[in-house]
Amino acid sequence: MSDIDQQSPVHEVRPTTQADKIPARFIPQPVLEPGHTFASVTDHISSIVLRRKMPIGWMIGFGISCVLLMVLGATITKLIFVGVGIWGINHPVGWGFDILNFVWWIGIGHAGTLISAILLLLRQEWRTSINRFAEAMTLFAVASAGLYPALHTGRPWYDYWLFPYPNTMGIWPQFRSPLMWDVFAVSTYATVSLLFWYVGLVPDLATLRDRSRSKVGRFIYGMGSLGWRGSAKHWHRYEHAYLLLAGLSTPLVLSVHTIVSFDFAVSQIPGWHSTFFPPYFVAGAVYAGFAMVLTLAIPARKMFKLEGFITMKHLENMGKVMLATGMIVFYSYITEVFYAYYSGNPFERYMMMDRIFGPYWKMYWMLILCNGLAPQLMWIKKCRSSAGWLLFTAMFANVGMWLERFVIIPESLHRDFLPSSWGMYHGTVWDWSMYIGSIGLFFFLLFLFLRFLPMISIFEMRTMLPEAQAHSEEGGH
Amino acid sequence: MGIGKPREGTYGVIAEFNNPQELLDAANATREAGYTSFDAYSPFPIHGLSEAVGFPYTRLSAIVLGMGIIGGVSGFLMCWYANVISYPLNIGGKAYNAWPAWIPITFECTILLAAFGAVFGMLALNGLPMPYHPVFNVKRFEQASRDRFFLVIQSRDPKFEVDQVFQFLESLHPREVNDVPW
Repeated sequence: MSDIDQQSPVHEVRPTTQADKIPARFIPQPVLEPGHTFASVTDHISSIVLRRKMPIGWMIGFGISCVLLMVLGATITKLIFVGVGIWGINHPVGWGFDILNFVWWIGIGHAGTLISAILLLLRQEWRTSINRFAEAMTLFAVASAGLYPALHTGRPWYDYWLFPYPNTMGIWPQFRSPLMWDVFAVSTYATVSLLFWYVGLVPDLATLRDRSRSKVGRFIYGMGSLGWRGSAKHWHRYEHAYLLLAGLSTPLVLSVHTIVSFDFAVSQIPGWHSTFFPPYFVAGAVYAGFAMVLTLAIPARKMFKLEGFITMKHLENMGKVMLATGMIVFYSYITEVFYAYYSGNPFERYMMMDRIFGPYWKMYWMLILCNGLAPQLMWIKKCRSSAGWLLFTAMFANVGMWLERFVIIPESLHRDFLPSSWGMYHGTVWDWSMYIGSIGLFFFLLFLFLRFLPMISIFEMRTMLPEAQAHSEEGGH
Repeated sequence: MGIGKPREGTYGVIAEFNNPQELLDAANATREAGYTSFDAYSPFPIHGLSEAVGFPYTRLSAIVLGMGIIGGVSGFLMCWYANVISYPLNIGGKAYNAWPAWIPITFECTILLAAFGAVFGMLALNGLPMPYHPVFNVKRFEQASRDRFFLVIQSRDPKFEVDQVFQFLESLHPREVNDVPW
C-alpha cells in the first residue's frame, strides 16, 4: 500500500503487478477518474456553466425553491407587519424556532470552512473537488442563519444598533455580552467565508471569461476575474494568500460555534449552563455540515454527471468524518446526562428527567436515534461506500441536529425554576413557514450557484493531475 | 503601462509551451540567459515557477501580520473605550475593566483585519483588478486559462532586442512565438 502511495500520491493509479497481491478493498480509490487532462478537466467543469442545458432536476429544484422563497417573503412581510408575536415564543420560552434554526444553519455552514481550510492545512487532497461546493454551502447557510437573529430583534430596521458606531444616543453596545460576541463572530465569519470563496473563484472566473462565447458572459466573468492572467508572480502571492486565509479561517470557524454556544453556556439556565458546550457544539456543527454536504453532493454529482470528480472516495471520507463527529456528539449527550446526575443540583436533574421522560420525550428519543444510532451505520464498509446509504444516514443527521437544538433550546426553557411559570412551546404555522422559507432561500442561492459558477475548483483540479508536477533542474526543493 | 494610450513597438515577445515542465525549463533558461523582465503564465500554480522567473519572496505575510495586530489592538481598544470610558455600565458591581470578556471580540477583529490584509494585500501587490493587459492581445493567450503555458519577455528588459529574443525563444522549442502588441 505504502508503495502505491509513494509512487503517485495524488492520482492513485493501480499498477497491474500489485493487483493480485492486494485485496480489492485495500486499494485506494482514485480522487479523480484516470484519463483526464488539463483540457478535459477544464472543459467538463466549465461546460456545465457555459454550454450544457441545465438538467431537468435543476429546473424542478429551482422551481420548488423559488416557491419556498416566496413563502419566506410572505412570512417576513407578515412578521414585519404584526411582530414576533406570530411566532410561538412567549413566556417562559423566549427562544424558539428562531434561535434553534439560526444555530442549525450556522452549524451546517461549518463543514464548508472545515473542508476548505482545515483539510487544506492537513494536506487532504481529496478535499479539492468538494471544497468550492462546500464553501458555497457555507455562505448560503450563513445567509439563511443571519435572517433569524436579524428578524428576532422584532424591529429589524434598527438592526444596525447591534454594531458599535458613535451615535447621537450617546450609548454603546455591551461588549461583555455573548450576544455581542455573536454579532462579531457571525459577521466576521460571513465576511471571511465570502472572501475565501471569492479568492478561490478568481482563476476559475478567468477560465470562464476565456471560454464564454457570449459578450455578456465574457464581460461579467471578466470583471469578476479582476483581470486574472495566471502570471507566475501572481500565483505565488495567490497561493500565499490562500494558505494564510486557510490558517485564519481555521481558528475562526472553531471560534464561531464556540461563541454561539456561549450564548447558552454563559446563562444560568439548567441545560445551558455547561462548560463543555463549546467542543460539543463544534463537533455537532461539523457533523451537521458534513451531512448537508453529502445531502447536496450526492444528487448534484448524479445530476451533472460528476462521478469522475466527486468519487466514492470523497463520499466515503465524508461518511467517516460523520461517524467520528457523530460519536463525539453522542458522547456529549451521555456526558450531559452524567453532569445532571453528578451535579446534585435538583434543577439540573429535573431538567434532564424532563428531557428524557417529560412531555417532549419523543424529541429526545428521536434525537438519540438520529444522532446516536444512525451514524453507527458508517462502521459498515458497505454502507459507507454506497451513495444511497450515505444519503440515508445524512438525512438522519440533518433531522437529528435540528432535534438536538430543539432539545437544548426550548426544552430547557419551558420548565422554569418556578412551576407557576411552566409552559409548553410549539412552533406556529409562521414558525414553520419561516423555517421552510429559509430552506427555500438556501436552495435558491445554491441552484443559482450551480447554474452560473463552476461548482468544482477547476484550477485546483488541474493541479491534481500527475502531469501538473514540474521540477527545476537545480532543484532547490 | 498607460491604459488606452497606444505605444510604439511591442509589450514583449510571447512563447507558448505544452506542459508545465517545458515552461519551467524555459523560465529557468531565460533567467540564466540574463533576462530580468519576463513573466510566465500558467493555468494553475506551478511549484518553483515564481523562483524561476526571479520572484522568490512576497511581503504578504508581513502585511497580514500587521493588519492582524491592528485589528486586535483596535478591537480591544474599542471595547475598552466603550465600556470603560464612554459608557460604563455597572452590572452586578463587576469591574468596568473586566477585560477577559472582550477577548472574543478582540479575536474576531484580529481575524477579520488579517483576512482583509491577505485578500486585499494580495490583490494590491498583484496590481489587480486590471481588466486590460497587453498579453490579452494575443489570441492564443485564451488558452492560458485552460491547458497552455506561456512565457513573455518584456520589451522593457535592458537586454531586449526583438530579433534576438525571437531567436532565443525559438531555441527553447515552444509551439509558437509571437509578439505582444500594446
